Amino acid sequence: MKRAIELSINGDTYDVLVSPNNTLLEVLRDKLGLMGTKRGCDLGACGACTVLINGEAYLSCVMLAIDAGGKDILTIEGLAEGGELHPLQSSFVEKGGLQCGFCTPGMILTARAILNEEENPTEDVIKRKMAGNLCRCTGYKKVVEAVMSANESDENAGRPEGQEA
Amino acid sequence: MKKGLNIVGTRVPMLDAGLKVKGAAQFTDDLVLPGMLFGKILRSPLPHARILNIDTSRAEKLPGVRGVATGRDIPDRQYGIVPMAKDEYALAKDKVRYIGDDVAAVCAIDPEIAEEALELIDVDYEELAAVFDPREAIKEGAPVIHEGVKNNTSFAINKEFGDVARAFAESDAVFEDRFYSQAVNHAPLEPHAALAQFDPLNGDLTLWSSTQIPFFLRRNLSNTLQIPESKVRVIKPKVGGGFGQKIDMFAKDFCAAWFAIHLGKPVKFVYEREEVFISTRQRHPMYITVKTGVKKDGTILGQQFQAHADGGAYNSTAPTMIALSCFFLMIPYHIPNLIYEGCHIYTNKPVGGAMRGHGIPQARFAVERQLDMIAGRMGVDPVEIRIKNSIHAGQPHSAGFVINTCGFSESVTRAAESIGWQEKRGKLPLGRGVGLAGASFPSGVSNMSHISSGAVVQLGRDGAVNVLSGAADIGQGAETVISQIVAEELGVSLEDIRITAADTGITPLDPGTFGSGVTVRAGNAARLAAMSARNKLFEFIAEKLEANLADLVAENRNIFVKGSPEKGMTFSAALKAYQYADLPMPIVGRGSWMAPASEPTTLFKEDGNFAPSYSFMTQAAEVEVDLQTGRVKLLKMVTAHDCGTPINPMLVEGQLEGSVVGGMGQALYENVIVEKGQVMNPSFLDYGFPTFMEMPEIEAIEVETDDPIGPFGAKEAGEGTQLSPAPAIVNAVYDAIGVDFMELPITPEKILDALEAKK
Repeated sequence: MKRAIELSINGDTYDVLVSPNNTLLEVLRDKLGLMGTKRGCDLGACGACTVLINGEAYLSCVMLAIDAGGKDILTIEGLAEGGELHPLQSSFVEKGGLQCGFCTPGMILTARAILNEEENPTEDVIKRKMAGNLCRCTGYKKVVEAVMSANESDENAGRPEGQEA
Repeated sequence: MKKGLNIVGTRVPMLDAGLKVKGAAQFTDDLVLPGMLFGKILRSPLPHARILNIDTSRAEKLPGVRGVATGRDIPDRQYGIVPMAKDEYALAKDKVRYIGDDVAAVCAIDPEIAEEALELIDVDYEELAAVFDPREAIKEGAPVIHEGVKNNTSFAINKEFGDVARAFAESDAVFEDRFYSQAVNHAPLEPHAALAQFDPLNGDLTLWSSTQIPFFLRRNLSNTLQIPESKVRVIKPKVGGGFGQKIDMFAKDFCAAWFAIHLGKPVKFVYEREEVFISTRQRHPMYITVKTGVKKDGTILGQQFQAHADGGAYNSTAPTMIALSCFFLMIPYHIPNLIYEGCHIYTNKPVGGAMRGHGIPQARFAVERQLDMIAGRMGVDPVEIRIKNSIHAGQPHSAGFVINTCGFSESVTRAAESIGWQEKRGKLPLGRGVGLAGASFPSGVSNMSHISSGAVVQLGRDGAVNVLSGAADIGQGAETVISQIVAEELGVSLEDIRITAADTGITPLDPGTFGSGVTVRAGNAARLAAMSARNKLFEFIAEKLEANLADLVAENRNIFVKGSPEKGMTFSAALKAYQYADLPMPIVGRGSWMAPASEPTTLFKEDGNFAPSYSFMTQAAEVEVDLQTGRVKLLKMVTAHDCGTPINPMLVEGQLEGSVVGGMGQALYENVIVEKGQVMNPSFLDYGFPTFMEMPEIEAIEVETDDPIGPFGAKEAGEGTQLSPAPAIVNAVYDAIGVDFMELPITPEKILDALEAKK
């Protein structure tokens, strides 16, 4: 039995018809064409499908789409405003915090969630909280440097617009 | 950074990094075509069986199914990445040879229906005796996996360089040790995918594929589909990592093309993660025996090396892998006498293929481990024994390698210094230790005469530059490096470059990303193309400025007479002047490059200089072993690295850091566990490659050399650094707890068992 749900994604509202077993990842990619969210394992084990829901990081491949109804979903496509990159994105670019780029959207959104939660996370905190995001290219070093540097370069990098105090 | 260079040698971000951080970079699975169908593959549940019958009628009747194909339907043409080793069908013809072998394919209007249809295909198998251990498979009477392949040995090299018997007789001591290196999965984050479209009017097939080898894929598709190469266009979108696993055609490529041709609709195949683990490629498990004769002072006189590589069910790169593991034993150390006996053996298991280092990591693990053991037995310092046996530039190599530049012995000294060798080795408390290991790797391949690259550089009216290159960027940044080379040569800015790459319908020939040859080979081709275009413009400008052609310089978007910057003009003004002189536009430069080889040979048949240049490195590890849990923590890895002169130091560091963490996985965590042919851990959760938490401190030391063949002095930087992390770590574990591990990976269980046995 399909069900009509309303999803709020990157500030826009989408009416979608979903099966109860559709994951959020399936809806994002296959129904809405938001291809920035990646399918790396479909098992909640690699973090490539990470999205933010009400500011917190979730694995969209193991979350049912119907459970995301009525919540604020942020995908990688919604992170930058206008033509400018978000400070985290710029930092990943400048520090070489990516290679093939497949894990990158998930990495950046997890980092964003960390900076939402903590004002000045230490390197250890970043490593611990990003341990669910796998990368086979970079060896992680430049990713950590990118997150640290984004935090230092822009105090606002971590503060989502309109977040309630 | 070299003097007089503006763009080469700088840490510029990847040109496509902006698209990647926005999630806008398109990988194969991100591509959508109107009316697209979806395919799935039925895989063998048995390790070895004859296919008696396949009944697809129930699957065909399922609403939404558009087509079902089996081995019966496809041309009787085998494929393989190495032409002499073709042994695979996209869909099994008569037999399945491992659990996961491709049996049938379904195409449907959505992936779920395709999946459901797989369950409706009825296959009658006659199960055959299977063999899982190469040491059993090689024996007389073992099950025959491929008809006509005696002892399941599909490739063997038996070679002697020098006189090993005499070397052993002259040695003060001869040691023999046995080692095992396990199966490692490449685990790129992007699962393998393919999308095909066919134009029935002119017979043109287009395939988008997550591949490292677009041009070889084109060749394999042409051969297996029985259509001309000119009718096949392979496009490589962004590729989410490869590490060698995407150097082959797979069933998904063939089947997407097959269904697109027969159904007249675009067709996409995307592998599940489990399929990536089971049905693509892995690093060959290898059983190794090394016998080494040394003088009292540690000088190596001779070595005998035996390798049994577990190839799994098919050849893939078998001959190349065996040849590499052989010839690279004679570098970075001077080994004047060597016997190599290596063979590739079929088993009923997942298929071995090229993986970062390709046959060499297994050999280096054995040799570098044994070198430490010999040092201990002879009372020589492991650093000293490496420096003493180091090969040097210009020194003769037993198999004919030509070594123009070599920073190996310097790399040993500097890596040792940086890890604190003098203060730490043998002096740290129980549970802490340091160790090191060395390696060398080719910058691509020169000894196979058809390995060459082309490039086209076109100068636009506004000073912008279009580059066409066949090189396959799989995330390492090849397009960026090539663009840097072109920008430097033309004296323009990096923003002026637009590069189009890896599209067999548009870009010139290139063998692809393997053997760490892209920067040298495709970089040199692009440099030649840029020089050709620049010279056409310079000839005209020299006349206009009344200057000598040889005196002109292009820099920072200006062309001027060397030493007189005022005598010149901007790059775009020069192009405008060229055009208004009624000279034909556009200015186009072309370049083709292959490594200089005195004569075309292949290592399979003849020795010779394998590569245009060789990188060298020493890696030094410091570890901490938890004596209670057996867990090893890699605290620090130093790499002293001679990769020539880096074109982009930031990208070189990225390669190195990824290599170190991958090598750490090989040493401590990763192992594709197979029981009776069944992979027991085909998921990220169970396989467990390193995460952020295991990341060590990583230090890079540049041992810069100026290679005469590479573009602007560059050598390879992508693969060599994954050769010695594993032995360096295991050597450090010896220093920490006094146990010599001979098998990888060294898991906590093995550490605890060894500590218990020591008590």
